[in-house]
Formats: sequence, C-alpha cells, structure tokens
Amino acid sequence: MEVLGRRDILNIDRALGLYRVLDEDGNPVAGEPSLPDKLLLDMYTYMVRARILDGWLLKLQRMGRVALHAPNKGQEAAAVGATLALKREDWLFPSYRELGALLVRGMTEEEILDRALTTIDDPLKGSDFAIYGHRKYNIVPAPVPVANQIPHAVGAALAAKIMGDKIVTMTFFGDGSTSRGDFHTGLNFAGVFKAPVVFVNQNNQWAISVPLKRQTASPTIAIKGVAYGVPGIRVDGNDVIAVYTVAMEAVERARSGEGPTLIEAVTYRLGPHTTADDPTRYRVEEEVREWERKEPLRRMRRYLISRGLLTEEEDKALWSEWEKRIEETVVKVLEKPPLPPEVVLEDVYEEPPWNLREQMRELRDSIRLLKELGVELE
Amino acid sequence: MPVMNMVQALNQALREEMARDPRVVVLGEDVGRRGGVFLVTEGLIDEFGEMRVIDTPLTEMGIIGVAIGMALYGLRPVAEIQFIDFVYEAFDQIVSNMAKIRYRSGGMYSVPMVLRSPCCGGIRGGMHHSQSPEAYFMHTAGLITVMPSTPYDAKGLLKASIRSNDPVIFLEPKSVYRTIKEEVPDRDYTVPLGKARLVREGSDVTIVTWGAMVYQSLEAAKLVEERHGWSVEVIDLRTLFPFDRDAIVESLEKTERLVIVHEAPKTVGPGAEIAAYIAENHIELLRGPIARVTGFDTPFPLAHEKLYMPNIARIYMALKKVMQY
Repeated sequence: MEVLGRRDILNIDRALGLYRVLDEDGNPVAGEPSLPDKLLLDMYTYMVRARILDGWLLKLQRMGRVALHAPNKGQEAAAVGATLALKREDWLFPSYRELGALLVRGMTEEEILDRALTTIDDPLKGSDFAIYGHRKYNIVPAPVPVANQIPHAVGAALAAKIMGDKIVTMTFFGDGSTSRGDFHTGLNFAGVFKAPVVFVNQNNQWAISVPLKRQTASPTIAIKGVAYGVPGIRVDGNDVIAVYTVAMEAVERARSGEGPTLIEAVTYRLGPHTTADDPTRYRVEEEVREWERKEPLRRMRRYLISRGLLTEEEDKALWSEWEKRIEETVVKVLEKPPLPPEVVLEDVYEEPPWNLREQMRELRDSIRLLKELGVELE
Repeated sequence: MPVMNMVQALNQALREEMARDPRVVVLGEDVGRRGGVFLVTEGLIDEFGEMRVIDTPLTEMGIIGVAIGMALYGLRPVAEIQFIDFVYEAFDQIVSNMAKIRYRSGGMYSVPMVLRSPCCGGIRGGMHHSQSPEAYFMHTAGLITVMPSTPYDAKGLLKASIRSNDPVIFLEPKSVYRTIKEEVPDRDYTVPLGKARLVREGSDVTIVTWGAMVYQSLEAAKLVEERHGWSVEVIDLRTLFPFDRDAIVESLEKTERLVIVHEAPKTVGPGAEIAAYIAENHIELLRGPIARVTGFDTPFPLAHEKLYMPNIARIYMALKKVMQY
C-alpha cells in the first residue's frame, strides 16, 4: 500500500497521545527536565501573578467595576508555557482567557486593570470587555467572536514571511472555536503556505455549557491538524513545563521555515465561562474537584519544592508579595478617572467623516443636557 | 493618451501601486496564472512573483481573514473576491474585524486593505453572480465603500483606496468592465475618496446614481429632455460611504428635485440613506417627494434581468412623476 504524507512530520501518535513532563502530583515522568532554574521559577511566578490578577478581576466584576470577566483559573499553564517560547519581536493573537500570556509578553497588571476598568489609561479606549492587547508588546486585541483571530495570525505570519522578517505568530483559541470555519480556513491556509504560526488550542473541555464531545467526534483536537498537513501535538495543558517544551519545538519549527504546528493543550476551566455564567447548571461538582487536584499551580509548586528551587516559606512570600503588589495596583487604578466620553466616536476611521463629526456635536450637546437633568452617565 | 476599458485601467492601477509600494500584495482565487476570472490581475504574477500575487485556497473567509492579518502586520493587501455574491462567507471577518479593529484597539492597530470584487447585474449572471450588496458595507462603521463607473475613475479610485489607511470595499460593476472605453492617463494619479462626479449638468431634476446605473440614467435623461424638454443633472456618487453630501446639496439647490437610482433592492437600500439625509437636513430644498428607482425587493433573477434592474423606462417614469408632482 502506498502511503501519502510524511509520517515522520505528521506524527499521528503525538496527536493522539498526551505529552507530559510532570505527572499530576508534580513528579517528573521521564527524568528531570533540563531547563534553567530561573525559567522554572519564572513559569511559576507568572502563573501566580495570573491567578491573583484573575481573582481580582472576578472581585472587581462582583463590585460592579468591571463589566465582564472570563475567569482563567486552572488554565494558567497553557497561556504562560506557550507564550514563554516566543521572542519579543514575535506576535501574539490571544483569545479572552490568557492573562498569563499577556504578563509573559510584558504587559503589566496596571495596563491590564486599566483595560478592564476602562480608565483614562485604557490602551483600548473602552472598546469592549474581556479583551486585552497592546501594540507595545505585539499583542493584537482579541475579537470576542471566537476563532476570528486564527486567520489573522496566519495572515500576519505570511506577511512576515513576505517581508523577510524571521518572526513567529502565536494564537490561542478554545475547543469551541475548533467547530468554526475560521479554524478550518486558518489551518488550511497555514498548511498550504507553511506559515510561521503556532496554533494553541486551550481545550478546557467546555464551550460555555457544551462539552467537548458535542464539538467534535474526533478523538483529539490535535489530530485535526494532520489533515491540513499541520503536525498536531497533544500536551497536558496543566503541565507548564510540557507546554513550554512543545511550544519551543513549534516556534523553532515555524522560525526555521518548516511551517505551522497545532498544539492541543488539555486543560480545564475551573471557573464559570464568564462572570455571567453559572456552571452548576451543566456540570457536576465531582468533575470540577477532580480537575482541581490536577490544576497547574499545585503541580508546579510541588515540583519546584521537590527539586529544591522553592521552600514552603518562599512560596508563601512569593504569593504575599504579589498579592500586595497587585492590590496596590488595584487601589491605584480604581482611583483613576474614566475615559472621556469622546472615545465613543473616535478611532472608527483615521479621520472622522462628516457623519461622525456631526454625531460628536450631538454627543457633546446631549452630555450638557444630561448633566443639567442630573442623569447618571455610568 | 491610451484608450482603456475598466479591466485594463484596474490592472494598470494594481501594477503601478505594486511597483510603487512593496507592501502592496494581491491575493484571491485564480488571481495568479489565470489573472482573475475577468483578467483584472492578468500578468501581475509574472512581474511581481508568487510571493506578492497569491493564489489562495477557495475560501472567502480565509482570503479576508488572512488579508486582515497581513494588513495588521504592515502589508497593504488587495484581496479579490471573485464575485461579490460569494462574500457572505467572509461577512463575520469583514463586519467583526476588518471594520472594527481600529476601534477595538483604540486606534493602535488599523487594517489598510482593499476588498475588491466584481458586482452588480447586466451580464445574465443569475442570482449568485449579479448582486449589489453595497448597503451592508455602507451600514458598517469603519468601512469605506467605493464603486467606479468609468475606466478613468476606476484607476484613480483604486489607487486612492490602496493608499487609504482605512479598509475599503471596492465594487466593480462588471457590466461596465469591457463596454466603456475612454482615455486613461498612463501615469500616476488618484481620484479622491468621498468626492462625487458631475456627469451631466441640468437644472430641473437631479439623479444621484453610481456604477452601471450612470449609463441608464444618462439615457433616461436624454429621453425626458427630448420628450418634455426637462433638464436632468446626473451625479455619479463614486464613493458610496462617506458619500459626497455637498455635491448632492449643491445640485438640489439648483434643481429642487431628487431621483436616486441604484441596482440594489429598495428596502433599506443605499438610496434610503441618501433620501433620509436630504429629508433630515435639507427638506426646504425640495419641491416634492424624492423618488427611488432600484432593483426590486427580490433575489436577483436570471430571467428578465433587464426588467429587474432599473432601466430607461423605470427611470423615465420616476423622473416624470417627480417633475409632474
């Protein structure tokens, strides 16, 4: 029988298996990973920062200060591990659940909170909730319609290739996104043109209330890459070292001109889909508890302690340091003034056409009258 | 000065812009060796190579989604949709991303790209090769929508669109592609976006139109002049959004009567916005009701397309109604 395709590259076993460095309790499954101590500690620190910030965003939403938040809890390893494989000049096309990725790229807690609270310093000027991005860090703000960013990451990667830049693009998306046309068209395009892009699927098992088995009959998501000529690698998404390791391989592959890779990071959304969701309506508590045991921070903490890179005391100190720093940032950001109302009509076009100039006058007149009437604007 | 049809003029515009700016790339289905099904991109692949003239997989969503990513990174893609009737697969990318990324990013990112596509009826193209969907794009904040009616304008408007820092939907009335020829300068020039063209001067009634309907309107204008001695002014809008309101108002100050002619269906069609603009802001200029002559509120039919589209008789009837009010 003649076999078409490169079995060595399109390694089906890797798309159907599950790559792990640490087991669920943080014990190395096949020898000590040979990564620098500082990198291992950085991985953990980024995850701690993301976890604390996530908690604050949830709290600020409950306080009525943030319109909506998509909780990250339980998915920190995929975001942090994958993004750490990028270089500064690379581009990131996130979804709305990757706080850790933003931090790794250099975005500060203050910039993220400015965004969420739409303060005067909001880099995206109050455009939408739950999305983050910043040109300074080559992070293109996510569209809320899921999967839309996948073809953008492919296009940017092709543009870089055309312009002779040796950069890589990386995009994140969830398991629900793999049912959309953007996923199909993006992977197909990337495969055809060998675009230097890394697709990171955060398979967190649930698309709001719809479980993975209702998204696809495929045994894994990673295997879907194979039909596009895109190698798929399935990895334990709660094992930050494993995610980093496969992401490094994929990024290097892309940078050396060998084309795209689809990484399926198997993880679990411990919280609700968003602050507007109630997961008790569709999933059982036992399932959540089981995944809580497998969550990424606990695992990495146990590993770092067993390797002698962290003590219980140092861990406590790390948490309290970041809790304090982030709380201080929250206090600072809460005191900032809001965005001016004019942002509503700005940045639609490079220069406002006549209709927007007229509507700006209407907006300003209406604000004067609303103030006179004593109507609350927020 | 060379005489060209619209296809040749568009081809020259692309060639000149690609030579002028290495960031300009062309992508779409069959745009390479085939030169596009209407040959608008003919020969570009030989001159600029496969890296800049890209034959894509058959996916409008992919073409537009990928072009958006290219524009974000710094290229100036010109994405061809083979027939605008196939654009709907890309609608989410156009409406949610192409139009909104500047706003979503607080002005940090922009999408300087052109979506160009043959549109409109008149070639017996049937339901899915004849549509005029400009209203969808005019309705979407963040987009500029353009439709040339002559080879000269096609070249100048396409060049201006490629240089625009905002995304442009560039619709090409395919029935005009090879039927109208005129002198087109062999050199660099642009036609500014947002400016209409006075096609025919008149003093009794104004027709605002665009695309292939400019020619139907001119025929009807001639007919009413012959039959009734009424003098018809014809304005080719060229940029449909943001449209040249000053040109319309200036004309109405003279004629005090307005007829709008377009191929797109009537209900919530592009003419509704123009009529509403005049009614809201310049009702005092009008002597009587505004008339619209449009495609009927049906899917575009294969049979009897000349009856479906505004034709000399329907435009004549509207002119007469407005003049005799």
